[in-house]
Amino acid sequence: MSATNAPTEAPRWVTHALVPLINLSLALIISGLLILALGEDPFEAISILAYGAFGYPEAIGYTLYYTTNFIFTGLAVAIAFHCFLFNIGGEGQAYLGGLGAGVVGLAIGHWPAPITLILGILAAAVFGGAWAFIPAYLQAKRGSHIVITTIMFNFIAAALMTYLMVEIFIEPGQQSAESRDFEAGAIMPFVHDILAQLGIDAGHSYLNLSFVLALICCVLFWFFVWRTRWGYEIRSVGQNESAAVYGGIMPSRAIIIAMCISGGLAGLVGVNEIMGVHHRLLLEFTAGYGFVGIAVALMGRNHPFGIFLAALLFGALYQGGQELAFDMPNINRDMVVVIQGLVILFSGALEHMFRGRIEALFIRRAKTAPSAAAAAE
Amino acid sequence: MGENITFFVLMLDAMLRVSTPLILASFAGMFAERSGIVDIGLEGKMLGAAFAAASVALVTDSAWLGLLAGIAVSVGLAMIHAFACVTHKGNQVVSGMALNIMVAGLGPVLALAWFKQGSQTPMIADIARFKPVHLPFADKLRDVPVVGEVYSELISGHNIIVYLAIGMVPLAAWFIYRTRFGLRLRAVGENPEAVDTAGISVAGMRYRAMIVCGILCGVAGTYLAIAMNTLFIRDMTAGMGYLALAALIFGKWKPLPTLLACFLFAFAQALEARLQGVDIPGIGIIPVQAIQALPYILTVLLLAGFVGKAVPPKASGIPYMKEK
Amino acid sequence: MAASDAGRGASPPSGVVPPALEVIGVEKWFGSVHANSNINIRVAPGTIHGIIGENGAGKSTLMSVVYGYYRADSGKIQVNGETVQIKGPEHAIASGIGMVHQHFMLVDTFTVLENIVLGVENGRLLAPNLAAARSELERLERDYNLEVDPDAIVGELPVGVQQRVEILKALYRGADILILDEPTGVLTPQEVGHLFRILAALRKQGKTIILITHKLREIMALTDEVTVMRSGKVVAQVYTSETTREDLAAMMVGRTVLLRVEKSAPNPGEVLLDVEDLSVKDNAGIVRVKNISLQVRAHEILGIAGVAGNGQSELMEALAGILPRQSGHIRIKGEEITGGTARGARNVRAAGVGHVPEDRQHMGLITSFEACESGILGYHRDEKYNGRVLMNHAAIVADVGRQMAEYDVRPPLPRLRTGAFSGGNQQKIVLSREMNRDPDVLLVGQPTRGVDIGAIEFIHRRLVDMRDAGKAVLLVSVELDEILSLSDRIVVMFDGEIVGEVTQDEATEQMLGLMMAGERQTPQESTK
Repeated sequence: MSATNAPTEAPRWVTHALVPLINLSLALIISGLLILALGEDPFEAISILAYGAFGYPEAIGYTLYYTTNFIFTGLAVAIAFHCFLFNIGGEGQAYLGGLGAGVVGLAIGHWPAPITLILGILAAAVFGGAWAFIPAYLQAKRGSHIVITTIMFNFIAAALMTYLMVEIFIEPGQQSAESRDFEAGAIMPFVHDILAQLGIDAGHSYLNLSFVLALICCVLFWFFVWRTRWGYEIRSVGQNESAAVYGGIMPSRAIIIAMCISGGLAGLVGVNEIMGVHHRLLLEFTAGYGFVGIAVALMGRNHPFGIFLAALLFGALYQGGQELAFDMPNINRDMVVVIQGLVILFSGALEHMFRGRIEALFIRRAKTAPSAAAAAE
Repeated sequence: MGENITFFVLMLDAMLRVSTPLILASFAGMFAERSGIVDIGLEGKMLGAAFAAASVALVTDSAWLGLLAGIAVSVGLAMIHAFACVTHKGNQVVSGMALNIMVAGLGPVLALAWFKQGSQTPMIADIARFKPVHLPFADKLRDVPVVGEVYSELISGHNIIVYLAIGMVPLAAWFIYRTRFGLRLRAVGENPEAVDTAGISVAGMRYRAMIVCGILCGVAGTYLAIAMNTLFIRDMTAGMGYLALAALIFGKWKPLPTLLACFLFAFAQALEARLQGVDIPGIGIIPVQAIQALPYILTVLLLAGFVGKAVPPKASGIPYMKEK
Repeated sequence: MAASDAGRGASPPSGVVPPALEVIGVEKWFGSVHANSNINIRVAPGTIHGIIGENGAGKSTLMSVVYGYYRADSGKIQVNGETVQIKGPEHAIASGIGMVHQHFMLVDTFTVLENIVLGVENGRLLAPNLAAARSELERLERDYNLEVDPDAIVGELPVGVQQRVEILKALYRGADILILDEPTGVLTPQEVGHLFRILAALRKQGKTIILITHKLREIMALTDEVTVMRSGKVVAQVYTSETTREDLAAMMVGRTVLLRVEKSAPNPGEVLLDVEDLSVKDNAGIVRVKNISLQVRAHEILGIAGVAGNGQSELMEALAGILPRQSGHIRIKGEEITGGTARGARNVRAAGVGHVPEDRQHMGLITSFEACESGILGYHRDEKYNGRVLMNHAAIVADVGRQMAEYDVRPPLPRLRTGAFSGGNQQKIVLSREMNRDPDVLLVGQPTRGVDIGAIEFIHRRLVDMRDAGKAVLLVSVELDEILSLSDRIVVMFDGEIVGEVTQDEATEQMLGLMMAGERQTPQESTK
């Protein structure tokens, strides 16, 4: 009467590596067809892209600079996903994070760098987390759909930041809404500067030590999600809320913790942009990074290693895309956005389209060698 | 006194113009949501339609062909969404998001490839746009106090899509509440199992709802490109799709309240330009950004339950699977 | 006396009226589960025909096949002597078959009239057809004495009235054969009386009614003939007037070989679990446990028998702290337990209670987690698993590994995904987790559902070991033999109340079967 004792599912690597790879390939194939339709050679496009992303030290620097942002937003979306929540509010949370870093930079830029930078990082995380707190609370306690509230909060953040920049932080006499430049203490060192001190010439790029922070976050993320009790509770609520309640876990707490950490991670984009690149407060530095985070998290299967790879891929696409736009007059940077959308479509919405058939292939093979397993019962 | 009326008339005039795409898009969302599908892809459909309409209008010099193209593209995108969500039971939020992003990139890419002017289309000649329609006697009545002003400024002089949008509202309401299709549509969104056991195809209803959604978004996008403006620029929808979603929620998925919510949001936008720098006694200067953020803040308050309850269709967002 | 013999395939002699509905050789599989096996039933026209059986007997599946919600794997269905192809509800409706589901198929925000008309609107525009529908509806209401306000909003109507709307829906579509699936589960006693009168009136008007139920009272009070199903098969079809409650009960539960587990004589100690006057509402707000009192002592297994859906699940969840209680008291070792949902579950665990839930996949385990993570669910905050910040993964794996070895979980791999284990092994993971804490009270629900024979024996042995070690065990199960072989004392729940209590020695299947079907019993009565 009961089910067989043979494994009823495909090996882990199929689900976690093969299927995402196939989904990615589909997205790339369709993009390739599009490039073809626009009268260009897709293979040439790929090589230009690759060169533009990795072909020379400056390129690598820029690629990794983008990757930094995508790691932050990817991790942000991922931790929310672990609680089965959709944080679409990465843009707004990143914006607020930048505000936090900027406030610290303006206020105590004259303090020694390590202290200011650390406080800036903390402020960015706290501001970002706070911006995620209200939608989280509303979802947990009042059932308000977090997708809608986070989208709304993106717009509210944009309005808020514009107001603050125009009314409060703007440097007098400036045309655009930007603050004054930070003092030295609030400047996150560029990697190329550090390398230059070691005698290596790496050109000039935006890559700064926030990249290291991003990598640290990846490691901490892993430990938090899979090796702490809060991570355990978040995952339980995300996977099976009834079982979580059975286990004495309060869903509302898990939701709020997950979202606040999510917002905090997204907020760290502000460290990279404000303290790492622009060295002043300004508008619109989030540039869609929050949405890329969704693609990165989906492709990376919500695991920091996958997210790192996916973030690297998108970083390469962003940086290489510029080269592509330069070299191929018929294609502009928005091609990358199209690829991004296709990735989300196949890795997210159409995820199950092929997954079932692919996994079935592997299950069938496993079932033909069942006698040992059957005997074990 | 006359000045105030003129001010009011001009405000309402602007409000009507701004609210048109909002009304069309929010009603598009209404059809989708009422059938149980969450569609945050209104933005993408509008943008895609805008691009298609602009391109075709440019090439054929015909606004009506542009409209047709806009609708076709929007319906196509809606079908992809339906395919992912209904047939493949995919995640509806992710699908909507994916389409938005795809279109946001595709528009500029194609614009560059076809028109070579960066990520926008060239300006569209007047002949290929929807132009204001002047109702009879509008000129003659202009000088009649109050009534004449209202007639000639507010009611006459909009382009045809505005009239279409306003006319669509009672039509949609009639459709949803007084036809067989509407009855089944509402049923599918509340209790798809009841519909299934009555022998009606749940998937069929949802696809049909998405077609209507696509049509309305198509008109909205076309309006943006070749009626309200004269070309297509990247991201020209500027979040209007999400604002429409907010209006829909604020209007509790019902036609008349949604229309009023659209008017409210559009009025706020029209007000924004006027109130800039104006000192209001007792309150001071309202920052323009506060007015910009107002619709979104109101929606959040509504969702939090502070401004009445927003109860979506019960089956909203849940892919329908026959229970064993 | 059987009302149908081996009449398979034989057509009735000319002049005899064909059955309103005949099911011939129907088979239905769900994967490897044989839900309906060679079903043959004849329903005479103008009668009320009962189908009785426990859960899992296959009654609802069969009716879903008749109604076209599922397709039979083989066999055929005949209406009034003619074979009909039922590929979907539309065909069933066209053949005159109407169904009143257990969970109503109604749109809460619509009016009664709109609900009735849904799917048979008779035209694109509603207004003209609604008027016609309204007068037709009023006629039906008069003819069958089913008073409902056509403009009332269904969601605001009491449950009994909603059911009338469901019946009217079927009648409106011209149903001559009405199938009602467990119709009285959600009704008050008065509403049940109303329903009975309605059904009798419908019969008088020539309708044929099929009543699916597990309650003997309804069968004996209403039906003309009754079919007994068990384990997917038809066991018997008899005239109600020619059978007795006892016979039906016996057929319903079957004569099974008792697998008695060896255990020492009962030696109950102090009361560890004390339930006083407990009432519990389910998530939909319906009272499912009605003023129940019971006690479980140390060294004792108390078995709660009953057909699923009579409040046992809600009782168990309330005792486990997950469902809040409406009124009454729950005391563990003398201490009162408070709180509902997650906090309640935590309190109950802290008081020394282990809980093996009825639905392990839905509640007891997280199938996507590794076994070692499922193996600490509920205890994941324990000191031995946690440092200041990080969890002690090695300790967790070691501890769960030990648990798994002790309970012979196969394969003994704590890092394997929980979902990859077979049903029996999953259950052993849950058991090992809950018993590992050495609780004083153990709540166990359906411990051997979906578990194979070898594991069943093992699990039963463990439960008895716990009892012998001085624990109080509360066992809820729909498997009678399990209850009979394990329990020291047995209570039967029906409709949220306890209808009888017996010791293991006094209990017989017949007695328990009667109680499970609603007949209050004391031991002396049933041996008459």
